[in-house]
Amino acid sequence: MELEAVLLARLQFAFTIGFHIIFPAFTIGLASFLAVLEGLWLWTKKPHFRNLYLFWVKIFALSFGMGVVSGVVMSYQFGTNWSVFSAQVGSVIGPLLAYEVLTAFFLEASFLGVMLFGWKRVGPGLHFFATCMVAIGTLFSAFWILAANSWMQTPQGFEVAEDGTFVATSFMEVVFNPSLPSRFAHMVVAAYLTTAMVVAGAAAFGLLRRRANGENRTSLRMAVLMMAIVAPLQLVIGHESGVVAHEHQPAKVAAMEGWWQTRSGQPTILFAIPDEAGERNHAEVAIPRIGSWVVAGDMNAEVKGLDAFAPADRPPVFITFWAFRVMVGLGLAMIALGLWGAVLWVLRKLDGANWYHRALVLAGPSGFVAVLAGWIAAEVGRQPYVVYGVLRTVDAVSPVAVGSIAASLLTFLIVYAIVFSAGALYILRLIERGPDSDEPEPVSRQPPGSPLAAAVEER
Amino acid sequence: MFGLELSMIWAVLIAVAVFIYVALDGFDLGVGILFPFAKDARERDQMQAAIAPVWDGNETWLVLGGGGLFAAFPKAYAALMPAVYLPIILMLLALIFRGVAFEFRHHARERGRRFWTAAFAGGSFAAAVAQGLVLGGFVQGVRIENGAFVGGAFDWLTPFSLMVATALVIGYALLGAAWLVFKTQGALFDRARAWLKQASLLVMLAMGAVSLATLGVDPRVTARWGVSMTNVDWPVFVRLAPLPVIAAMLCVFLWRGAEGRNHLTPYLLAVGLFLVGYVGLAVSLFPYIIPFAMTPADAAAADNALSLMLWGALVLLPVILSYTAYVYWLFRAKVGSDGAYH
Repeated sequence: MELEAVLLARLQFAFTIGFHIIFPAFTIGLASFLAVLEGLWLWTKKPHFRNLYLFWVKIFALSFGMGVVSGVVMSYQFGTNWSVFSAQVGSVIGPLLAYEVLTAFFLEASFLGVMLFGWKRVGPGLHFFATCMVAIGTLFSAFWILAANSWMQTPQGFEVAEDGTFVATSFMEVVFNPSLPSRFAHMVVAAYLTTAMVVAGAAAFGLLRRRANGENRTSLRMAVLMMAIVAPLQLVIGHESGVVAHEHQPAKVAAMEGWWQTRSGQPTILFAIPDEAGERNHAEVAIPRIGSWVVAGDMNAEVKGLDAFAPADRPPVFITFWAFRVMVGLGLAMIALGLWGAVLWVLRKLDGANWYHRALVLAGPSGFVAVLAGWIAAEVGRQPYVVYGVLRTVDAVSPVAVGSIAASLLTFLIVYAIVFSAGALYILRLIERGPDSDEPEPVSRQPPGSPLAAAVEER
Repeated sequence: MFGLELSMIWAVLIAVAVFIYVALDGFDLGVGILFPFAKDARERDQMQAAIAPVWDGNETWLVLGGGGLFAAFPKAYAALMPAVYLPIILMLLALIFRGVAFEFRHHARERGRRFWTAAFAGGSFAAAVAQGLVLGGFVQGVRIENGAFVGGAFDWLTPFSLMVATALVIGYALLGAAWLVFKTQGALFDRARAWLKQASLLVMLAMGAVSLATLGVDPRVTARWGVSMTNVDWPVFVRLAPLPVIAAMLCVFLWRGAEGRNHLTPYLLAVGLFLVGYVGLAVSLFPYIIPFAMTPADAAAADNALSLMLWGALVLLPVILSYTAYVYWLFRAKVGSDGAYH
């Protein structure tokens, strides 16, 4: 297959999945947040929980809609752009995707209707049940898709038949492959953190605008609590994920860390400009020996560098290296923000801390950036394989004309730019207005996010 | 299992999923296709309210169709998708526009609102056209060698596929009109009845034309029906003749049912009409999963994958169908003139 076609197909997949993942990363966390809010409202009857629910469910509806439509695209991308991959591994990961549809997508889609339109049609208990079903659906979905992705990173439980297709020998081994537990935990926690950052940013924005109502104060505390507990936890889970990668995908770890030579006492590199042609780093700033300690638990352990792999088997180093640093850097910033918030809370200064609020507004989108960077590090680090060590990306692409891929990629870029800008605009408008102390109950005619709908008529 | 080939069971299951998709998403796409014919913004709000709680679940059947084809028949999926690459991409982009328009229409201000109204109508229309092109391209056959597509980027574009696309747009408009008869009242209800009558007439013509054209796509189809341009093989045709007869009767019932007292009947009749067409197509193409190139057994995933999924489907599909039915029951009421459920 021509290299251009492979590159364009990869760009198209990267772009469509990168665009898609933004929404699940947000809605997985937001669905659980909404379930907690509605549960607290039913339990305590404090109106600000209800108001927060009615406010955030509007943003959920917008984000979920964009997640659904960009997700439908993904279920066809495998066949349109990666048909050889589909034909060869369909018998192994196909069932995982089928289970995702059967256990998660229908559950989410059906109960979303009740969640958005049933506020007055069903009792509060049943409505809460619907919210919980949507939240559980998002987690089921994450489990299955990450099982499929993890299998592509650390494949096991299969054999290759005579005709080149993969056949599972044990679906337990396929699903519960070595990188699934840490990857699933890492992604779900990332989604919770992403949501916490957005909620904290929105609450802080409201407080900076002198709207110190119960809603903003409550949601700020919920978000800070989440950050303070979950951000450090994420460091531990991420570390575990790295240890698994070190064991099964050493070339990826070497690229992430910017290690060119195999040696004992690998450093942790803080800054460098990897030079793939020269096989070395420029302007390197590093802490000696810590790298070996992090991945192997021993400062003097010998750890493989990229020189242990033939150039044709190495992932692109620059992207992997820097994507990984962006993710880790933002993760550390979140830990700091969580600690800062916890200290202010203990000192009873959380509501008036203007500088902290400004920092939170700035950090509002940090979760999205970290998730995208993490995915780029994981998936570019998997190259040049689509199924690690077994099937190369160049051998997996569809027999489709370069012109078709280029034209469709361009159209995806334009359409997603329009849809994303509009969606982001509407979400930011809602956040700017913030939750009211008397959030109106939705009239069931419309998605609950339409206070303006009655007033603004199209011509 | 039960003396049946697993691959054949899965072919039937996926065919059923695709049919459920057509019957359900067909009406909400149809409502979008009818959007430009509404009198004003208030009517458009009512039309959208009539489908808003259920469209997402309806579209999930499309994901099951695509995902199920990938999982159960990876070789068919891999051969077919590159062949209909451009119409599939068109369908996906169209579905994006109309999908987000449900929410965006309510959040946008004046100009944006007009844009998303147009996006909803245009997206629904384009999705129906694209699906028709995929169907047409599929029925007329795909050039395959050694399990891979070897044709050109525009092989799917023929007078036949354009005809199928036109017919599908009309068919979805029929489902949409019938759904609006069921869900609306007042002036919009009267309008929906008129749309239903017009659409049932057009559908009769379109279905007849597509049926005749399908006979010509391959000699094997001609032989199965016993009907060609010059000759009718009566003993063969008589066994299949009930299908066109039932279809014609359903069209007449639809025409008359538009005035009827039970407002759900037209929608059920329209689904019946689609079912007859679907069965007719299955008769024409059996036993191929990609016409004249691959059978389910050729394209199937490994047996252990098929049986693992079958157990899941046997347990989960009844659950899915029950809560889907529950949601439909919950939102069974007519949409008020203010667009609210009462």
